Amino acid sequence: MKLDISLAPNILFNLGSLPVTNTLFWSFILSVALIVVTLYMRYSLKRIPGRWQSILEILVEEGLNFVESIIGSRKKAKKVFPLVFTMFIFIVFANLLTFIPGQSALSIHTQSGDVAPFRAIMSDYGMVFVLTMISIITAQVVAIITHGPFGYLSKFINLKSPLAFVLGLMDLIGEVAKILSLSFRLFGNIFAGEVLGSVMLFLAPFFIPLPFALLGLITAIIQAFVFSLLTLIFISMASEMEKKEEQSQRECMV
Amino acid sequence: MELEVLKTIAAGFAIGVGAVGSAIGEGMIAAKAMEAIGRNPEASDKITTLMFVSMAITESTAIYALVVSLIILFS
Repeated sequence: MKLDISLAPNILFNLGSLPVTNTLFWSFILSVALIVVTLYMRYSLKRIPGRWQSILEILVEEGLNFVESIIGSRKKAKKVFPLVFTMFIFIVFANLLTFIPGQSALSIHTQSGDVAPFRAIMSDYGMVFVLTMISIITAQVVAIITHGPFGYLSKFINLKSPLAFVLGLMDLIGEVAKILSLSFRLFGNIFAGEVLGSVMLFLAPFFIPLPFALLGLITAIIQAFVFSLLTLIFISMASEMEKKEEQSQRECMV
Repeated sequence: MELEVLKTIAAGFAIGVGAVGSAIGEGMIAAKAMEAIGRNPEASDKITTLMFVSMAITESTAIYALVVSLIILFS
């Protein structure tokens, strides 16, 4: 028995010239499943809700209220809610898929040796990076719409005084650093959870890994929440007009 | 020394030193949250949620160190 840990996801099969990795495969299956369930719920909405519809209604209502409490107004909250909530749902289910019992025992025989058909979707850096880019680009677009193209540029290139110029450059670096910090946080947590789990299984196969699995379960939900919350905070920071103090306070938190 | 040995030492150092800061930070967050719950037990639900979120954010420096050490080890 040996530890099998790799940073890159394993390739299951090739589709033409596109290598289909296990994370890509599962993210597509998860997307399709979520879309089907959503459409089914959408077309079976009733005036008198059943059990599932009530649960969903509570979830959506509470989510919307929470988003409103962060971003400040109901109108903005309704605009940003679909993106943030979809991210949350997708990341939660992507992280929870690894807790299906028995899946880590399976392996498939391919050209490049035996590979595991399952892998945590968010332990693929490409996947996390794409999600991060979606959230960062949305925040930038919102900032451009709010301040106008010239107002947006003048935030970074400010020639009023040498100090303002340096601060503008620092802002520019901060925007790039956001990409790294947001993506590494999710990727690192999930990948570390996977590695920790496999190392613990390797050292002591029975009962010892259980508390770590519980820790992984908490991490899975909290990291999904943190990722979507930070996306929400970036967007709400970008959509605010001039309120310097509040903005810098939030930046401290991030 | 061989490259493999150096890599192992470097990975160990990276995560070991990198985890110190976030450990202290998380301890401080937990201590303050406990204090706040002690003062105002009714607000414990809200405080616990915020505590977890801020812990997850504080943890990120340790996670960067972990990612760096994993990259050193496995690539």
